[in-house]
Amino acid sequence: MFKIIDKYKLASKTHYVLIEAPIISAKAQPGQFVIVRIHQQGERIPLTIADFERNQGTIALVFQEVGKTTQLLASLRKGDYLLDVLGPQGNPTEIALYGKVILVGGGIGVAAVFPIARALKEKGNVVTAIIGYRSKEYVFWEEKMRLVTDQLFITTNDGSYGQKGFVTDILKTLIAEDYKPSVIFAIGPAVMMKAVAELTRPYNIKTIVSLNSLMVCAMGMCGACRVEVGGKTYFTCMDGPDFDGHQVNFDLLIKRLDTYREEECYCCKK
Amino acid sequence: MEIKKKAVPMRQQPVVERIKNFNEVPLGYNEQEAIEEASRCLQCAKKPCVEGCPVHIDIPSFIKALRQKEFQKAIDIIHENDSLPCMTGRVCPQEEQCQAVCVMKKMGDPISIGRLERFLADWDLANRKKQKTAVLISVPKKNKKVAVVGSGPAGLTCAAELAKMGYEVTVFEGYHKLGGVLVYGIPEFRLPKAIVQAEIEKLAELGVNFVTNALIGRALTIEDLFKEGFQAIFIGAGAGLPNFMGIPGENLGGIYSANEFLTRVNLMQAYKFPEYDTPVKRGKFVAVIGGGNVAMDSARTALRLGAEHVYLIYRRSETEMPARQEEIERAKEEGIDFCLLTNPIRYLGNDSGMVRQVECIKMKLGEPDASGRRSPIPIAGSEFLLDVDEVIVAIGNTPNPIISRTTPGLKVKKKGEIEADENGQTSLAGVFAGGDVVTGAATVITAMGAGRKAAKAIDLYLNSKK
Repeated sequence: MFKIIDKYKLASKTHYVLIEAPIISAKAQPGQFVIVRIHQQGERIPLTIADFERNQGTIALVFQEVGKTTQLLASLRKGDYLLDVLGPQGNPTEIALYGKVILVGGGIGVAAVFPIARALKEKGNVVTAIIGYRSKEYVFWEEKMRLVTDQLFITTNDGSYGQKGFVTDILKTLIAEDYKPSVIFAIGPAVMMKAVAELTRPYNIKTIVSLNSLMVCAMGMCGACRVEVGGKTYFTCMDGPDFDGHQVNFDLLIKRLDTYREEECYCCKK
Repeated sequence: MEIKKKAVPMRQQPVVERIKNFNEVPLGYNEQEAIEEASRCLQCAKKPCVEGCPVHIDIPSFIKALRQKEFQKAIDIIHENDSLPCMTGRVCPQEEQCQAVCVMKKMGDPISIGRLERFLADWDLANRKKQKTAVLISVPKKNKKVAVVGSGPAGLTCAAELAKMGYEVTVFEGYHKLGGVLVYGIPEFRLPKAIVQAEIEKLAELGVNFVTNALIGRALTIEDLFKEGFQAIFIGAGAGLPNFMGIPGENLGGIYSANEFLTRVNLMQAYKFPEYDTPVKRGKFVAVIGGGNVAMDSARTALRLGAEHVYLIYRRSETEMPARQEEIERAKEEGIDFCLLTNPIRYLGNDSGMVRQVECIKMKLGEPDASGRRSPIPIAGSEFLLDVDEVIVAIGNTPNPIISRTTPGLKVKKKGEIEADENGQTSLAGVFAGGDVVTGAATVITAMGAGRKAAKAIDLYLNSKK
């Protein structure tokens, strides 16, 4: 059982939960995730580790209410317990001195971008971040992101906050202005990561994406999370979640993410 | 004495009922049936059955005790070599082991050793529950800590043996539930989960500690375990990485590895969706690829989930099938459609990326290959299409690389199997391994045998190391 030390709402449908998990906290690195199961009949869902405090033995998760499990998670309070937390899973993001880097975060993906931005900044990189949300009510961690970046851009789809449009609009401008980074890290919805990869492909800018496949075991045992990268099949949990965005078959990923749409609708209606 | 050539049959759920539920199919012997079957044993001097058993249970002695109604004595004899008889009585391929060499086989049916073992193990379980007697064996504590990685048959056996010797044993399991393949892989109708649970509770009574949600190689490495004060480690992590064929369309929606399909259904209880949250596709026309026990389990599970037609596609003939004869028979009884000498070559999907057809090719048998079985050869021009809305790929597993990738100096073979000698000793001092992680996917009993041998080797190692 894993105690919830703190929990609050960050933005519309977006929540922050701080969990006591000393073993996970001791090993957690940017880019890794945990598997959470909330109750005895519950499913196992992957959630990115948004932050970790080794001295405190805690990890922070940020999630959006999208299905039955995340809605249930949102209903838990400080002092409650999570039944199962497995992690840290997945390979850490490769943190190195790249020089100029751009981080692109979309929606809940901003939470995953944060620890990567912090680590890259600490390494001495010049860090630019572009974070995008649906609208103003979904914006979170702007200040936190500002602290770990040299340059921060914010977009909303409807223009209710920051610049109106998509993260790719800003990225396009930066590249057009000849701001060429050594590497781009993009984390967000599959369509966003696909758009970023398509944008950078002609410029040959290395683009790392963190894939959000469906998962069951997260231990390399089931293959629910299989993805195609460079024409070969990989397991996101074991071989990823970071992959070369130019090699990823996003159309397949997007279709596979929709495999259980019917069942999800049925579950949430109940 | 009159020799009874025919074995006492075991009652089972009728086909029409069982294909609609997940309850156990064979119902087991009652006392009278068990004694009658036990009475057929010749108590021969040669005892070939003991040699045929991978863990060398003293079979004639337990059968003798059974027919004298000394059930406690009989189960004690089994327990000397087998810590998990409830499971081995059910899932061991006895027809290839103890029963294959039974002298009675020359005159009629061999003694149904597995069924007798199951009877005693179930009797013991019921009896223990009634009397609340602990199985605690008081041995002096050794104050030495041993870590066991994985809670499948190899790990559980190794843990039990070490606990009986007085070691302080902790079992680490990656999943939220204990039991490994016994829980996520083998379906309820072949091995009820309550039985696995009861066997694990027995180990907890022996003093074994269990830690779930602990995947060794990620949160904790082998090196970390030594730092934590464990003096020896047994790796029984199994062969969990599912193989795929690498043919076009294999990543379409509705195509599962058998591991994923069975994990969803068994461990996550997807057959009770939406009471349980994990979904699984319930295909109407299902193709299962493969000819082993896991393929049979998958096909019969798909049927129970409501499939109208289940094809079992296997590239060789029935003779070469690795599945147990008993499982093949049950699958056939239940109406699984065996498409033998047939191999899938690609999958076709609809616009949403869900599988809708499988293209197959007919095969013929050529010369024996490395496995000793005649190798299948495709027949050009024999391609045909089958309409399917779900596919389960059950063509075997290899060991998961997470431990070997994070343990410097641990030698592995080409397919990722950990190198270990016959006692389980790996290339690292104090690190032992056994079961599928060493042999590649095999049976529950061979894994248990390896766990047992490694426990002895660990005892020797820790005694020599003062």
